[in-house]
Amino acid sequence: MISLKNIHKSYVTGGNSLHVLKGIDLEIEKGEFVSIMGSSGSGKSTLLNILGILDNYDEGEYFLNGSLVKNMSEKKAAKLRNELVGFVFQSFNLISFKNAMENVALPLYYQGVSRKKRNRIALEYLDKMGLLEWAEHMPNEMSGGQKQRVAIARSLISEPKIIFADEPTGALDTSTSYEVMDILKQINNDGITVILVTHEHDIAAMTQKIVRLNDGVIAEIIKNGDLKSWKTQYAKEYNMA
Amino acid sequence: MFDLDLWKEIVSALKKNRVRSFMTAFGVFWGIFMLVIMSGAGRALENGVMDGIKAFASNSAFFWTERTSKPYKGFQRGRRWNYKNSDIEYIRANISDVEYLSPRLFGGRSNNGNNTIRGKKTGAFNVYGDYPDFYKIDPWTPIKGRLLNEIDILQNRKVCIIGERVEEVMFNDDENPIGKYLKVNGVYFQVVGVVHPETNINIGGGRKKETIMIPFSTMQKTYNHGDVVHFFSVTSKPGVPVSKIEKQLSALLKKRHSIAPDDLQAVGSFNIEVEWKKYKGLFAGIQILTWIVGIGTLLAGVIGVSNIMLVIIKERTKEIGIQRAIGATPGNVIKHIVAESVFLTVLAGFIGLTLGVGLLELLNMALQAGPQDDMFLRRPEISFTMASVALSVLVVAGIFAGLIPAKRAVSIKPIDAIRDE
Repeated sequence: MISLKNIHKSYVTGGNSLHVLKGIDLEIEKGEFVSIMGSSGSGKSTLLNILGILDNYDEGEYFLNGSLVKNMSEKKAAKLRNELVGFVFQSFNLISFKNAMENVALPLYYQGVSRKKRNRIALEYLDKMGLLEWAEHMPNEMSGGQKQRVAIARSLISEPKIIFADEPTGALDTSTSYEVMDILKQINNDGITVILVTHEHDIAAMTQKIVRLNDGVIAEIIKNGDLKSWKTQYAKEYNMA
Repeated sequence: MFDLDLWKEIVSALKKNRVRSFMTAFGVFWGIFMLVIMSGAGRALENGVMDGIKAFASNSAFFWTERTSKPYKGFQRGRRWNYKNSDIEYIRANISDVEYLSPRLFGGRSNNGNNTIRGKKTGAFNVYGDYPDFYKIDPWTPIKGRLLNEIDILQNRKVCIIGERVEEVMFNDDENPIGKYLKVNGVYFQVVGVVHPETNINIGGGRKKETIMIPFSTMQKTYNHGDVVHFFSVTSKPGVPVSKIEKQLSALLKKRHSIAPDDLQAVGSFNIEVEWKKYKGLFAGIQILTWIVGIGTLLAGVIGVSNIMLVIIKERTKEIGIQRAIGATPGNVIKHIVAESVFLTVLAGFIGLTLGVGLLELLNMALQAGPQDDMFLRRPEISFTMASVALSVLVVAGIFAGLIPAKRAVSIKPIDAIRDE
């Protein structure tokens, strides 16, 4: 599904060049539930943006669903994003002057689906999220957890193969975070690959595979079975730091 | 290709940002509104002035006499002199470029005390002795009765035609003046017509409606003017510039009356062709000015739109980033922004045009309710050409006003757009 080979990425601001990703090799199979962890500045968000074709990379090769993503025209990238991936952001990123249903339906608008049909589908997805009676509400009338569920519905409506979530629980309290994680788990159970970025280890612990970044390189990859021991080790490191 | 969804998107985006949309639209609205009002006012002034003079023969010149300013052939300077009937006959017989020639006598002014009596009513009016050809140069139309004619001249009839104001002063409201008599400077004349001037150009001063016209020959004989002619009007034949005739006649008259050829004062003359050209130049100037200022105002409005669109795009960078993250192509984004810009500009322009034309129409109604003849503003209007040019300029301008910010919006990477705070 996803294959990264020696990915490098630098940010150039003025005369300074900041080398963020220093050679990432990563394979993610279809149906995996992966979290990317790391301290701030370790490059985890940058990696996710490259995976989601929201940002480009300087060196290496990235194969998404078998095709090379490099120097892609913005039009083609938009099409891939629309059909293949869905995004969930920390700050929800709903469009403030559209109600919940319109927000959810938006990706289908870009696919050319008629208004009536896409609004009907949007209502189905809102129903799945338990937000049917909130369909006509504007984003500023909803709680954080509700907004994030609307955002997830929006990312799902185009029936993507991969969901990218950048700190999806970062702006939510613990119980709401767990609700959102439950939803992501269900999505993953339906066969969709879910990749999320987080710095909360309890959130990461709910995933099947943890990719830990440190200073632009992959420090370790922990599979499901090893999670328990990893958790104690992580806590130890955390206390030492 | 009509994309209903695109329009629904645009309308909802505009509706949800009312103040912003309104402010954007207002610049354009104001630009085109001002253009319409200005152009309409310019046209009204032109109509007002041109209506007052357009019936007047533009190829006419007028002659009168002044005291000589140079001694010549034994005559001292400062001599008073007059044209004679023989001058008129000579010109008619020998100057083939002259089309109409109408001599005139002055028989009293409206500001020289009462000169007209009828029973207990008295009045002070401008009295002229005229030829029928005069109406070919400065047209008058009879409201009642008729104008003067050749038979009046040939038979020296004691008849007169009077202006509307004379009728008002000398006759009761329920009286028909035709066939009644007026005593003008001590002599009775029968009224044969009440006449209305077609132009505002007034040869000889005073108000045109306070005019009494008598046959030239009658006046000459009745008031003992002998063969004196005070004044005459000529028009040139088609294709002959009247200024040529003016020079030719001036030289001829000096020769016939023993006046120095280089005496610039003795033969008074006035050529309306020159004035006509001045007016034409003036209104061409006003039209050009209107276009320059109008296009300038419109441009200012459009720059305003582009400016506000830039601000809007900046404000919406994040929104655009989100849209692109969920699958909007650069084409989608550009189409949306340009359509929004064009929609706003054209809608605002159309409202400006409609309100502007509506205001001109109201103004027109107000002007038409007032007195007609003295009005120097008439029929404010704008040409269809101007309106359509202005609207097409708006469409093109709207496209550009949207295109520049739209290009900028899609040049930002989606992730930077989303991160924009």
